[in-house]
Amino acid sequence: MGKRVGMEVAIASAEAAALCKFDVAAVYPITPQSHVAEHLSDIVHEGRVDASFITVESEHSALSAAIGAAGTGARVVTATSSQGLLYMSEVLPIASAMRLPIVMIIANRAVSGPINIWNDHSDIMPMRDTGWISFFADNGQEVVDMTIQAFKVGEDRRVMLPVNVNMDGFQLTHMVEPIIMPEQEEVDRFLPAYVPYAALHPDNIVSMGTLGMPEIYAEAQKSKDVALVNSIKVVKEVWKDWEKQFGRKYEPIQSYRTEDADIALLTMGSMGETAEIAVDELREQGVKVGLLKIKLWRPFPFDELKKAIKGIKVLVVTDRAISFGGPGGPVFSEIRSALYDQPKRPKVVNYIIGLGGRDVTVEGFMDMVRRAAKGKLSERYEIYGVRG
Amino acid sequence: MNTAMKNPKSIIENFEIYAPKLVSKEEFFVGGHRACQGCGEALAIRLMCKALGKDTVITNATGCMEVISSLYPTTAWKLPWIHVAFPNSAAVGSGVEAGLTALRRKGKVADRRIKSVAIGGDGGTMDIGFQALSGAMERGHDMLYVCFDNEAYMNTGIQRSSGTPFLAATTTAPAGKKIPGNQVWKKNLAEIMVAHNLPYVATATPSYPIDFMNKVKKARQVKGPSYIHCFVACPTGWRSTSETCIKMGRLALETGIFPLYEVEDGKYRLTVEVPEKRRPVQDYLKGQGRFRHLTPDQIRVIQERVDIEWEALMIKVKHSKSRESLRAPRGV
Amino acid sequence: MTEKKWPETWQEVNPGCMVFRPGSASEYHTGSWRAKRPIWDNAKCIKCGVCYIYCPEGCINEDKDGFFQANLDYCKGCGICAHECWPKAIVMVNEED
Repeated sequence: MGKRVGMEVAIASAEAAALCKFDVAAVYPITPQSHVAEHLSDIVHEGRVDASFITVESEHSALSAAIGAAGTGARVVTATSSQGLLYMSEVLPIASAMRLPIVMIIANRAVSGPINIWNDHSDIMPMRDTGWISFFADNGQEVVDMTIQAFKVGEDRRVMLPVNVNMDGFQLTHMVEPIIMPEQEEVDRFLPAYVPYAALHPDNIVSMGTLGMPEIYAEAQKSKDVALVNSIKVVKEVWKDWEKQFGRKYEPIQSYRTEDADIALLTMGSMGETAEIAVDELREQGVKVGLLKIKLWRPFPFDELKKAIKGIKVLVVTDRAISFGGPGGPVFSEIRSALYDQPKRPKVVNYIIGLGGRDVTVEGFMDMVRRAAKGKLSERYEIYGVRG
Repeated sequence: MNTAMKNPKSIIENFEIYAPKLVSKEEFFVGGHRACQGCGEALAIRLMCKALGKDTVITNATGCMEVISSLYPTTAWKLPWIHVAFPNSAAVGSGVEAGLTALRRKGKVADRRIKSVAIGGDGGTMDIGFQALSGAMERGHDMLYVCFDNEAYMNTGIQRSSGTPFLAATTTAPAGKKIPGNQVWKKNLAEIMVAHNLPYVATATPSYPIDFMNKVKKARQVKGPSYIHCFVACPTGWRSTSETCIKMGRLALETGIFPLYEVEDGKYRLTVEVPEKRRPVQDYLKGQGRFRHLTPDQIRVIQERVDIEWEALMIKVKHSKSRESLRAPRGV
Repeated sequence: MTEKKWPETWQEVNPGCMVFRPGSASEYHTGSWRAKRPIWDNAKCIKCGVCYIYCPEGCINEDKDGFFQANLDYCKGCGICAHECWPKAIVMVNEED
């Protein structure tokens, strides 16, 4: 079994990538991801992993270099945050369209402006439709586990897609948490050597990134979409394998005390832990409340959601990003849409919380539940705690 | 009239008549590609690939060459080839190099040197891809970057780039009554690459194919970053006839508009002699519709500028010294 | 790679639209673009190969006697070969003639 250590989560994510013996890392530092970049380079420069570390001059080049390296059949890791992720946006859908299983660690951070280095999800949300598999971690342990799982899922021949592992900036990246670090031998057993589908090498010539005319573009997009949709089977399989080997269970949607709940909170990311405490306190007060935590954002776990909301009358969806001028937060619109054709569906309300590092307390979550239970939301969505 | 016929002596000196017969017959960039008739860039790529040989991976920026060569489900390439986007050919190429190097070191691919070669047009290199190019070259990757400069965004319809010459008419710098074409001088990217302290920088044109191929071979041998700025005629964008494609490069050299030189560790050397008395720039300008609107005064301004740049280059050729011994030591 | 009917279905399209058939662009014949074709006069040809080296299509080949000719499947009729042939051994003639 792995060793229990106290470790900063950003550093732990780099350690997890090291356990996967990546061949190339191409990373541009950005707060609050910088410790990942620094620690990955440290690992390479100390010779702990035999790899090339590319000190790219931008995030656009980070992902571009990652694609080039992945094209040669290398196992590649990159990491970014906020503006960096947006700067990569041109290349994100190309990485997935080229079916290259790059793993990207994202330290989620608010998007400018005004410039703000603190945590929310407004960086990943505009990037949700780029064809990547998206994991959301609650805590440091999940960051480590999901980073290792990401390589196995992405590299699976039935998937061949890039994967991003989302961890909240500062709330996770800069926290020292108790983490069970798997042993190298354990990871070696879990994660097979990467055998690429194709590789840029004169011994087996391939052209990658060809031009798709109107007569084939739709077919190419459909094949990518089907690969992403079907990848949920592989994700669940890999999580089963993980549970068997490491004893820690992962599900696309994790339910907490929802068995007899009338009302449920729904979160994504580190605020799930605060929400858990709020659920416990409300339960003590006799409120039949539970919590749903989304761990797999893409492909979206429709069936799992439908199962998870059975019996729930009010679903309180929290979002950490705004869809300006849209129907509500991105998670909210996803959930509502997913439940639209259900004969029995809960009332779904939406709070947008924790923007740009705004703290959300246990009391805050309790307040949201109480008000939602009373049906007290006057607007389509509410930015929780906003002044004025 | 064929310039080669007009000046057979210089041709014989600079272009060994039977040299083409000695060039490898193997084609790595095949016919069936959709380039325009008389495309100088397609020719340059064909020649570059011959010089590079099979142990090469090509990274192609978005642009004419990517479009005309890679219509799925076919490819004109007989080399491993990757295209990702417009501004990142150098970055992708640097990743290819890093990947191949790591995999070779770790014994995951055959133990032989595969050269990463990134290519782009003047737009993909000098403008939108400039940052990625600077970064990749500065980082010291063992890679070659070749810019095929046809002096405008030809793929999107002849819009001006920073490679467009002064006063040339393009679709975003038209020869209007008030503003006669492109209002600034062409950016000298080869010089900017020299300022990156690269071991090898060269200018080239397919009009001097043996010179170009020799430079590609030399650049391929460099263990580190190298850059070739390849001047290619675009009959479509230049409003010139397709058969004059080669002649344009020759006139660019003979007028001194595009001198052919190489810079090895800072030491400049002219690789193709230019006649003592350079031809007037007008000889080059007159065959191209993009310069048709020029007045004699404007042509004189261009001539003066070319003279000044020529002198500056000659000073470098005469006085520059190799700083090979000062190359940054490279780690593993 | 097995041959697939074109256009492919989404199940058939290669992952990432990768192409595993190097040089397969030659299946497309650009010769139909041509308005003029090059004709060699071997009496004037000095077999220097200048036409061969300057062809953007790479479609000029040397025969066993060292003379050159264009593969008209690909020749787009740009006229570079005729223009650059300084012994003037190549002339461009109209396709319809």
